[in-house]
Amino acid sequence: MTPFDAPRRASAASLRNCVVYQDTSSPKRVFHFGEDFREEELPVGTRVVLPPPPLDGLNNVPAAIRHALNHPEGCDPLFAMLKPGMKLTIALDDISVPLPKMVLPDVRQTMLEIVLQLVADHGVDDIHIIVALAVHRRMTEAELRRMVGDRIYNQYAPNRLYNHDAEDPDGMTELGVTDQGEVVEINRRAAESDLVIYLNINLVPMDGGHKSVAVGLCGYRSLTAHHTPEAIRKSDSYMDPKRSAMHESVNRMGKMVNEKVNVFTVETVLNNRMYGPALDFLAKPEEDWTALDRSKFQAAKWALHKMPRPVKRAIMHATPAPYDVIAVHAGRTDPVHEKTLDRSWQQFSVPLEGQTDVVVFGVPFVSPYNCNSILNPLLVQVMALGYFHNMYRGKPVAKKGGTLILTHPCYDEFHAGHHPSYIEFFNRLLPETRDAKKLQHKYEAEFARNPNYVQMYRRGNAYHGAHPFYMWYWGENGRQHYSRIIAVGAESPHVPERMGWEWAPDLPTAFDMARDSHGPSMSVTYMKVPPIFIADVS
Amino acid sequence: MPHPHPHPLAAAPHAPVPSASTAPSGKLDAPRSAAFYDVDGTLVSVNIVHTYAYYVANHPSLRRRAFGFATMLASIPAYLAADFYSRKFFNEWFYKNYAGFTEDRLWVIGEEIFENVIKPSLFPGAVDLIRRSREAGVKQVLVTGSLDFVTRPLARFLGADDYGANRLEIVNGVATGRLVGTLLAGANKSAWVRQYATEHGLDLQQCWAYADSASDLPMLSIVGRPCAVNPDLQLRAAARDYQWPVLDLKD
Repeated sequence: MTPFDAPRRASAASLRNCVVYQDTSSPKRVFHFGEDFREEELPVGTRVVLPPPPLDGLNNVPAAIRHALNHPEGCDPLFAMLKPGMKLTIALDDISVPLPKMVLPDVRQTMLEIVLQLVADHGVDDIHIIVALAVHRRMTEAELRRMVGDRIYNQYAPNRLYNHDAEDPDGMTELGVTDQGEVVEINRRAAESDLVIYLNINLVPMDGGHKSVAVGLCGYRSLTAHHTPEAIRKSDSYMDPKRSAMHESVNRMGKMVNEKVNVFTVETVLNNRMYGPALDFLAKPEEDWTALDRSKFQAAKWALHKMPRPVKRAIMHATPAPYDVIAVHAGRTDPVHEKTLDRSWQQFSVPLEGQTDVVVFGVPFVSPYNCNSILNPLLVQVMALGYFHNMYRGKPVAKKGGTLILTHPCYDEFHAGHHPSYIEFFNRLLPETRDAKKLQHKYEAEFARNPNYVQMYRRGNAYHGAHPFYMWYWGENGRQHYSRIIAVGAESPHVPERMGWEWAPDLPTAFDMARDSHGPSMSVTYMKVPPIFIADVS
Repeated sequence: MPHPHPHPLAAAPHAPVPSASTAPSGKLDAPRSAAFYDVDGTLVSVNIVHTYAYYVANHPSLRRRAFGFATMLASIPAYLAADFYSRKFFNEWFYKNYAGFTEDRLWVIGEEIFENVIKPSLFPGAVDLIRRSREAGVKQVLVTGSLDFVTRPLARFLGADDYGANRLEIVNGVATGRLVGTLLAGANKSAWVRQYATEHGLDLQQCWAYADSASDLPMLSIVGRPCAVNPDLQLRAAARDYQWPVLDLKD
């Protein structure tokens, strides 16, 4: 333990009972429903899993960052690696973390300010700052300014602070091929640098580690090694890196990167304080709500109900989360990430005993792929069958062949600038097949090489043409696991139908449908997420 | 080179255009697919007015140069009104300015215009777009309301397989200011594309079209993969309604 660590506990979940069972006197439960909320009765006996409270943040984050840089894991301190005239690349996570965006200053800005001051003190002036977005959309100027601060932006953009371009024919270089045939190709500037410093934000255990450089700075050819239906099917789950085939592949590729490139990584861990004072009731058990909490909930529900969807969407995306930094580690990738994961599990793990027939999720307005954008049908799918289904360690919350119930309006809306290839995927490919392997073999390369999508990725703010395929693969485990998926409140029934789901107007109807499959005494778990947590199912 | 429409290319005296690269990787719908590009405003930032201005600026006679410029400047409001009313009407009217230009001079200066005016005005993303489309095995075709003597060097530079462009009527080696055949603009472009596809065995559903102006909506509407490039307001609205991709090649 360093002087800059927050007090450690066994886990956040130990601070309160995160599992309660619904009885006749239990309150209604709040459900996320896109940009709205719903309040629903749950059947008596339903297991309600609540988010653990946030762990205490570090008292002095800048001091903790400096301490980590000077006392790194597995290598010399950062200052000892610096020399005048060296070529330095600083890479950092993109807008997909954290969710929602954090209250200013963004911890990436804090890290950058400290690192830039340090390298300047050592005479390093050939510095490029690259947003490691892989095939995500380019961040806009406003988003970059918010992330790194105006001073750094004005000093470095656009020539020395820019978005990674995985489709720049001159901007990528191949480092080699692993013994499993995986092509390791990364950003040329990073590959040719004397030192790469990676500044990470770890929100969930699937983030960070070798994924930072080997994925964040890679191109389409490298992604085809692990962003596949096969790798996802072999990942149980992809929130558990030790049992994830995807992470195995990424780690192999990352080790090859580290053999050829000098990588110094800085990882931060955030707690799950996702809501500020206006919405903090969402992080509390309904049993503990005060009169003020109930008033805030009713006011928020009423106001959101009255607003046009674009307005409430804009408000939700503009509302930052007051996360705290709960750990900072720096040094070589593997030992740093081991410590990061340890801290991350302390925050997010909630022990659960046994699986149930039915699991219920409320799908909110945001995913990693629609910051300042629309949660389109494919992203609703990735939230339910991808992220939420995979929020486990050990076993899934629901039994194999169980039923997943989700609440979301499932509107047929897409952001044409951010998700153009999603539109074609949803309207042209899904009516033909939902088979992930067939989609991969028949269409993925076509979309990836579609010149329109390449240009929109390179010059606009669009996700890469292959990205909707990844979203579909991300949901592969969920599709394979559940026998029934029921979307509650879908306003466009063709959306769930095209996904292969069923539709119900309300939650009681969905439970009646599930009873047809699992009998009258079916077991139910309601996972009240977000705030984020991960079920440790025994 | 066979052409479906009597005037755009078949009649052009110097029609040969370099064959496109046959890079094999990632072929999409080859060989039954083609990409049709409008040029002015889509691939380059200049238009037919800039081209004509270059001819005027380089006229050997100082008097004709001065008179040409004065006339052009004085006519700008009328040209704007004509273009607003109808692109077809504007083009036909504007091309009358070429009456009296000799054919050899048009071709020689056409090459100069490409080097000095058009090439520097190519949008940064245009070359990359066409290269990737060609690598995907798609036939590359320019379809423009510009004149053939400036389109040919551009098509050669971009590696386009073909082009369709307007052609001035030449009598005794001198341009009359009239066009040969139907003006290639607006709805006529879609007719040209349709006929071209028939003659070349292309499946229009698998074809691509790129344009910047609502006047090209007919051409965009007949292919399976339309795309608005640097669109005007009207085309942007249409693209939003039909969920067509919108590209910005300017940055």
